[in-house]
Amino acid sequence: MKLTLKIWRQKNAQDKGHFETYEVDAHEDMSFLEMLDVLNERLIRQKKDPIAFDHDCREGICGACSMVINGKPHGPLPGTTTCQLHMRHFKDGDTIWVEPFRAAAFPVIKDLMVDRSAFERIMQAGGYISVNTGSAPEANSIPVPKPIADKAFDAAACIGCGACVAACPNGAAMLFVAAKISHLGLLPHGQPERYIRARKMVERMYLEGFGNCTNIGACEAECPKEISLEHIARMNRWFAKASLIEEG
Amino acid sequence: MNAIAKFLRSPIGQKWIMALTGLFLVSFLIVHLSGNILLLLPDNGRTFSAFVDWMESRWIIRILSILLFLGFTLHIVQGILLYRYNRKAKGARYAVTATDNSTWSARHMALLGIGILLFLILHLWDFFFPMKVLKAFPHQQLYDEVVQTFQNPLWVIAYVLGMVVLGLHLSHGFQSAFQTLGIRHPKYTPFIVAFGKWFSILVPLLFAIIPIALYFKFS
Repeated sequence: MKLTLKIWRQKNAQDKGHFETYEVDAHEDMSFLEMLDVLNERLIRQKKDPIAFDHDCREGICGACSMVINGKPHGPLPGTTTCQLHMRHFKDGDTIWVEPFRAAAFPVIKDLMVDRSAFERIMQAGGYISVNTGSAPEANSIPVPKPIADKAFDAAACIGCGACVAACPNGAAMLFVAAKISHLGLLPHGQPERYIRARKMVERMYLEGFGNCTNIGACEAECPKEISLEHIARMNRWFAKASLIEEG
Repeated sequence: MNAIAKFLRSPIGQKWIMALTGLFLVSFLIVHLSGNILLLLPDNGRTFSAFVDWMESRWIIRILSILLFLGFTLHIVQGILLYRYNRKAKGARYAVTATDNSTWSARHMALLGIGILLFLILHLWDFFFPMKVLKAFPHQQLYDEVVQTFQNPLWVIAYVLGMVVLGLHLSHGFQSAFQTLGIRHPKYTPFIVAFGKWFSILVPLLFAIIPIALYFKFS
């Protein structure tokens, strides 16, 4: 299948950047990243600079791949990452626009690579449990009700890819932060610190320059792990409680 | 107090201000509509005028109208501040923007808000300023002024358009306020969402019927 790619090229953070057009001949069984690999091999053979993009596990669990394809983070398929997107979902002759994740808190490093270390700093602010909980306990020694376990698992599915930030017209990171706050705060080991964690992580989120949620819902729609907005409501609730009622 | 001030300055706190003032303005819509609907009674405005009389003679209405002014101001100023904050946080825009992942009104709340503000200015200019500030006519004459205003089809269209914009703003805003306040529960959220949807259709529709009805009744 013949495709026209309009890919964002930017030498470094200071460069203004521009779109460059590439014609590629792809096979429908290729993943999107494999298609880019083929293009990059051609660019290298031509002694041109290959397109920089993040990727790691290529099986949808690491959260590294991070491009916006035709206006959608991770492309048009719901509930998948870019590496899980195959070329069979495009038509012969299609023009595909590929852009980096856009948000002031995710500055472009090069081409399609953005600096997502702001997420790490939010995690360092409170995305952990302070006590040493030892090695994995016997599975049923601490009973967790099934509905709570399900909610925590829904949140824990977050791979921290940043698609929520990329999809959000406000550049907000609330789905990511809310997922971490819910995941840890709903389960027994994380409960004692749930409010202080909410406060610390939310404060860090703002320091990093992420926007403010207006409940548009694009994050939930584009999240490769289909994490629910329910977690954002919980974060709002816990943050308010942490700020207004809880001591410490 | 310090904790409350600090919370209200945090961006989630600022959103709480949007949500709380928004819900307060929603409650005002109900009061306003329940008065306006009297215009449709076939008694040449007798009941409506009696209602206006009652409103004019109650100090509680005066206090509520000051609160209402504050509510509007806070909602508008806070909305502008959040809009600017969010524009800055997004930075560069995409060349291609997906539109099927969210509703148009959710993405354009600020624009719809400006639309409502323009309508509000027009609306106050029509009735509030001449009656309360310029004292151009006494409140007993309000019914006649309303009827006369809506003999102009352009005014009827402007008011109907204003209500369309209000409906779109409410269609996202109503349920969004509850989400912001953290009120979300599988037992109640479906009701809140459904109620918000019906509210955003019915209330603006009932408001919009009034100028249309008055136009056809007297022309």
